[in-house]
Amino acid sequence: MATAPDLQSLKIDYKRNPMLPWPFQIKRVKRETEDTFTVELQPLDDLKEFSFQPGQFNMVYVHGIGEIPISISGDPTKPHTLVHTTRAVGTVTKAMDKLRRGDILGIRGPYGTPWLVDQANGRDVVFVAGGIGLAPLRPALYEVVAHRERYGKVVLLYGTRTPSDVLFRQELENWRARFDLEIYVTVDRGMSGWRGNVGVVTHLISRAPFDPRNTSAFVCGPEIMMRFTAMELHKRGVDNEHIFISLERNMKCAIGLCGHCQFGSVFVCKDGPVFRYSQIKDMLVKWEV
Amino acid sequence: MEDLKHILAEHPFFSGLSPEHLAIIVGCASNVRIDTGKMVFHEGEEANQFYLIRSGHVSLQLMTPNKGPVTLETLHEGDILGWSWLLPPYEWHFDAKALELTRMIALDGKCLRTKCENDHHLGYELLKRFADIMMKRLESTRLQLLDIYGDRP
Amino acid sequence: MKNYMLEVAELDHLIEILHHRGYTVVGPTIRDSAIVYDEVKNSNDFPRGWTDEQTNGTYRLKHRNDDALFGWTVGPQSWKKFLFPPIQKIFATHKNAKGLDLPNVKKHASQESVPKKYAFFGVRPCELNAIALQDKVFLGGPFIDPFYEHKRTGTIIIAINCGQAGGTCFCVSMKTGPRAVAGFDLALTEVLNEAHHHFLVEVGTDIGADILKDIRCTNATDEDVARAQEISAKTALHMGRSIDTTDLKTMIYQNVDHPRWERTAARCLTCTNCTMVCPTCFCATVEDVTDLAGTQAERIRKWDSCFTLDFSYIHGGSVRASVKSRYRQWMTHKLASWVDQFGSFGCVGCGRCITWCPVGIDITEEARAIRENQS
Repeated sequence: MATAPDLQSLKIDYKRNPMLPWPFQIKRVKRETEDTFTVELQPLDDLKEFSFQPGQFNMVYVHGIGEIPISISGDPTKPHTLVHTTRAVGTVTKAMDKLRRGDILGIRGPYGTPWLVDQANGRDVVFVAGGIGLAPLRPALYEVVAHRERYGKVVLLYGTRTPSDVLFRQELENWRARFDLEIYVTVDRGMSGWRGNVGVVTHLISRAPFDPRNTSAFVCGPEIMMRFTAMELHKRGVDNEHIFISLERNMKCAIGLCGHCQFGSVFVCKDGPVFRYSQIKDMLVKWEV
Repeated sequence: MEDLKHILAEHPFFSGLSPEHLAIIVGCASNVRIDTGKMVFHEGEEANQFYLIRSGHVSLQLMTPNKGPVTLETLHEGDILGWSWLLPPYEWHFDAKALELTRMIALDGKCLRTKCENDHHLGYELLKRFADIMMKRLESTRLQLLDIYGDRP
Repeated sequence: MKNYMLEVAELDHLIEILHHRGYTVVGPTIRDSAIVYDEVKNSNDFPRGWTDEQTNGTYRLKHRNDDALFGWTVGPQSWKKFLFPPIQKIFATHKNAKGLDLPNVKKHASQESVPKKYAFFGVRPCELNAIALQDKVFLGGPFIDPFYEHKRTGTIIIAINCGQAGGTCFCVSMKTGPRAVAGFDLALTEVLNEAHHHFLVEVGTDIGADILKDIRCTNATDEDVARAQEISAKTALHMGRSIDTTDLKTMIYQNVDHPRWERTAARCLTCTNCTMVCPTCFCATVEDVTDLAGTQAERIRKWDSCFTLDFSYIHGGSVRASVKSRYRQWMTHKLASWVDQFGSFGCVGCGRCITWCPVGIDITEEARAIRENQS
C-alpha cells in the first residue's frame, strides 16, 4: 500500500545546503480578507522556475525576523510564479504583511508529502476546505481542473467563519460557472446580506454528489474540522484509506532534523504534512501526543 | 396521498417504521409550498407542524436588536425542519424563511401528538428519530461555537 | 586487523603524531569537579588516578588508589558538543538599498570557514553507538546537515574500552558495550597491574593502522587479548542499572495512558538537563538575530529540548502543554519512536540522564514501573 511518494522524485536539489534560503522577489501582493493576504513571487539568481507538488510547503524567511512554514497555494502548472496565501497572525506573517512589490523573501523548499491526486484517477474527488485550509488545497484543485477528464465527479465543500472570510471569491465563481465542478460554500455565522448557506461544513457532506465507494477525499483546515470531516466522510461510506488530511506542527527546520514537528513517530515535515487518514486517525484523538 | 406515502416511505427519516405507523404519519401529511422570501414560521408562534423539505432552502434565523435577522443554519432538500411541536410549550423558538421557492411535506404535529399519547410505540419511534436530529444539530452547533476558524482554534 | 600493545609512556607520542598531522585532539580532562571533553596537549591532561561515583542525581569524582588514566566512565558532556555544537551559525544576510542579499547558495557551508579536524581521544563504546545514531539522524535522511557532515568527515576516533562499569550504566542492556566493536580507528583497553601499565590497541581502519606506523608498539599476544576481554567481561557484570528491552517499543506505545507518567511528571522539573547531557538528543531551534539598524541578520541554530513548554507551540498554544506529556514524549521517543524512525533505540545506556537529573528520575526505573504494572 503506497503512502507517501519517494521524496527523490520531488525535484529537491540535495546538493544545495538545505538550510540556506533562496531569494525570491515579491511581484504582487493581494489582500484576500481582513487578516489574509497572498504574495506572488519570482525566483532570483539563476533559478528560473520553482516546481512543486500540490500540498507541499516552503519555509519562508523574512529578513531578520524569522522563518515559518507556509503551504504553497499557487498553480503547479505555472512554475514561473510562486504563490503563498497566509493569515497575518504571528510575528513573521505580520512582518510579511508589511512587505510590498520588490521586497525579497527567502525560500527553502518545497518540502513535505503532496496530495496524492493521481491516486484519484478514475474516482470522484471531494475537496473539503475549512478556513485558510482552502489555500493548501487550491493547487490540487488546479491540478484536477487541468486534467479534468481523469476524474469522475469533482466537488469542493468550503466552510469558513463568516462571509467576509471567504477566500478566492472570483476563483470560486469561475469554478462555479463550469458545469463539471460542484462548489458549495458555507459559513459558521451568517451576516446580513448573505443569502448563502449557513452551517458547519460537515453538514454539507451527506448531501454532496459523489459516490463514497469510489471517492478520494482531500481535507484541509483546523484539526478539529478535519477530524469531524473525516468522521462524516467515513460515515457516508468513504474508506479511511482514501481520505487525506494535512497536519500542522511547530517546525524549525522542515528537513527532519530539529525534532519539533514530531507527532508520535512521524515527522510532519517529511512524513507529512499530508497523511492518509487511516495512518494517523488513532493518534489524532490521543491527548497531547 | 399515494404520492405522499411514496415520498415518506422512501425518506431515511421514516425508514424502519411499521406499515401501520407509516399509515398514521401519511394520514397527517400534506403538501405545502412557500414562495421565495416568505416565512415558514415565526418565533413565538404555536408550533403544530414539522416539515420534510422536498426542494429549496430554508434558513433558520433569529431576529436581533442590533444586527437584524441572523442566520443560524441553512436547511436543504431532505432535511427535517422543526421539533418544537414535539414538546411543551409547543412554540417556535426561531424564525424560518424560505430562501427560494420551497416545497415541503407538512406533518400535522397536533394530530400526531394525540396519536403518540395513545400509542406509545409510535411516540417512541418518533422521539428516537427526533433525538437523532437534535444530537446532530447540537454537534454542529458546538462546532460553530468553537469558532475553529478564529484566531485560537 | 592486527592487535598491538602500547606502553602508557607512548601515549604522548600518539597524541603528538595527531597534532603533527593537523588534528585538534580532544579528550577527557578535569574541570569544575567533573570529567569533561576538551582540547588536550598530552596525557598529563587526562584524569590520571581519578574515578567517578554516579547514581541518581549524583556525580562525584574520587581518587583511585592507582594511576589509571581512564578509570572512570562518562561525564556530563558527550562528543556531540563537537559534531553538533550547542551554538552554530547557519548563515548571515545583509540588506542594502538594492535589496536583500541572501548568502549565495552555491557556496557550501564547508567553504565558509577553515575546518578543524578533530581527533577524539577516549570515546566509550556507548558513545561510539551514540555517534553512529547521530550519523543516522544527520546524514542518513533525505536531507543532511552540512555542518555535521563537515565536522564528522575525517574525524579520527580513538575509543577506550571501559575497565569498570558506572553507577548508572546499562550499556549491556542496550547492547552498546562494554566493548567497542565498530566505528573506531583505534580502540584501546587499559591494562594496569603490578607488572604493566599498557594498552591493548585494536586497529579498526586503515587510517588507524597508518597512525600506528610511527608509534613504538609490540604485537599483542593471545594472552594480551584474553586479558583485555576479561576486563570487559568483568565490567559487563557490574552494570549499575539494567533495562528489559523485550518488546520495549510496543510496551511503551501501548501504555500512553499509564498512571506512572503522572507520578513522574510530579517530580520532573523540565530543567532539560537530561536532553543536554544525552549523547543522542538532537533537537534544535533557530534564532534570527539582527543588528539595531536591521541591516545585518544572522540565523543561529541552538540546542533545544522537547521538555520546554513552547517546543510544540502552534496557533497560540502548545500541543504538549503538561509536564506529563513532555516527559512521556522524551521517553517514548528514546525507547519507542526512535526505533520506527531510525531502526534502533535512541538510548545507548550511558546513564547520564539518571546521574544529571536533579530529582534523580531514572529511565530504567520508569520502564520497569510501566512494565510491571500494565493494565
